[in-house]
Amino acid sequence: MKHEIIEKNLGLMIVLTLVAVSWGGLAQIVPLFFSDSTTQPVDGLKPYTALQLEGRDIYIREGCAVCHTQMVRPMRAEVERYGHYSVAGEGVYEHPFLWGSKRTGPDLARVGGRYSDDWHKAHLYNPRDVVPESNMPAFPWLFQQSVTGEHTADKMRALRKLGVPYTDDDIANASKVFEAGDVREVDALVAYLQQLGVLMKQKR
Amino acid sequence: MSSFWSWWIIVIVVINIGGSLLLLLANRKVEVRGGKSDEIPTTGHIYDGIEEYDNPLPRWWFNMFLITVIFSVVYLALYPGLGNFRGFLGWTSTGQLDQELAAAEEKYGPIFNQYMDDTIEELAANPDALKMGARLFANNCAVCHGSDGRGNYGFPNLADDDWLYGGQPENIKTSIVQGRNGIMNPWGDVIGEEGVVASANYVLKLSGRDHDAGQAAEGEKVYATYCSACHGADGKGNQTLGAPNLTDNTWLYGGSPEIIKHTIRNGRQGKMPAHGDLLKENRIHLLTAYVYSLSRND
Repeated sequence: MKHEIIEKNLGLMIVLTLVAVSWGGLAQIVPLFFSDSTTQPVDGLKPYTALQLEGRDIYIREGCAVCHTQMVRPMRAEVERYGHYSVAGEGVYEHPFLWGSKRTGPDLARVGGRYSDDWHKAHLYNPRDVVPESNMPAFPWLFQQSVTGEHTADKMRALRKLGVPYTDDDIANASKVFEAGDVREVDALVAYLQQLGVLMKQKR
Repeated sequence: MSSFWSWWIIVIVVINIGGSLLLLLANRKVEVRGGKSDEIPTTGHIYDGIEEYDNPLPRWWFNMFLITVIFSVVYLALYPGLGNFRGFLGWTSTGQLDQELAAAEEKYGPIFNQYMDDTIEELAANPDALKMGARLFANNCAVCHGSDGRGNYGFPNLADDDWLYGGQPENIKTSIVQGRNGIMNPWGDVIGEEGVVASANYVLKLSGRDHDAGQAAEGEKVYATYCSACHGADGKGNQTLGAPNLTDNTWLYGGSPEIIKHTIRNGRQGKMPAHGDLLKENRIHLLTAYVYSLSRND
């Protein structure tokens, strides 16, 4: 097998390059689609409620994932700070996942139940009010804008196509909670934050 | 992982390593310039009269390729990588974590545990224990209660001697372990705006401040019907329910007339998150002692 042959036949080189770069994916990624540890939900995992789902989209819209990860790695320093390390089964209904890659702020994978709703609201309105040294931006507009729930059912339908077990009832009642028009964006976001990572506990 | 996918991975990995090695050896060139023949070998490329020498890879470079192959074989023998094969070291990332946690517990556990047999009162007088408590407080409690424990709007001051749920060691520990839900119902719809104004004046009167006497007299009736169940007939509150004492001048949400009216109208939801599932017992014991000491240092 002379490398020269490949070098002098562009078509062959392209084909073999594609084979070479997909090789790693075939071994590392493809089997995960068929492994129980990555496809089966952990005990008690439920699809997001309409309110939480809208909150999650606000989390995405405001770019929270740019500064906050949602991935506690199995290392002592992280487990002692945040709690049990994240497992794949917690994220089977995540489309797209929000693991993030940069921690300017703390990890949020286990933030659910850590603080009260009031604290989250005070913190989102102006982080400096409760954490004087914080460099997180304030999000005051979340308190003025309300969630219409216009597309909540569509979002649920799309997620159902991706394998999230929403029932017809869930989808039919998706916008109910928003009908009165008194759900502010911050309420949805806090509802989303308060359920993050509450299914797995480990004392620090 | 099923054995199919295990073998899938094994086959791909072995073909990959073997293929790389084969490619490397098949293209190896050993003849060096100035070797057997005097003629300098070229690739045959000529461009503007410039020829390209066809020299072998430097030996150290070639050997680096070989070393990466040997490394991968040794690595895959020792560590998990070949499908379900766990490697001869039996290493896992979670196993390493458990070891690290166990080692840390062995080293630091006794430091925390040495205080478990002491009462909260004893620890509150022990500077070493309080130092540890202060650090735990800074890490776990300060974002709401403030780094000095003096609270914030809506988050109780722990350094005064006013307690919503009682300031005895067992009350404080229960607050930390189980959390608290301080719920005041919204009364605006029940007693109407007139009732709100009247009862607000009565609350002002209870804490001995400027108020409208006529409104307060009206408010006393509203208070007796709707408020006294939790805040007590005398307004001194109820620590079992976490209903604040209204006769002192300590205010969780502020005590201006407008804020009192807002509180009566819309209610309040004070929540202390439960930490029993988050923190180990020996940590909570030290935290309790630290919080207990905060109101006793003055």
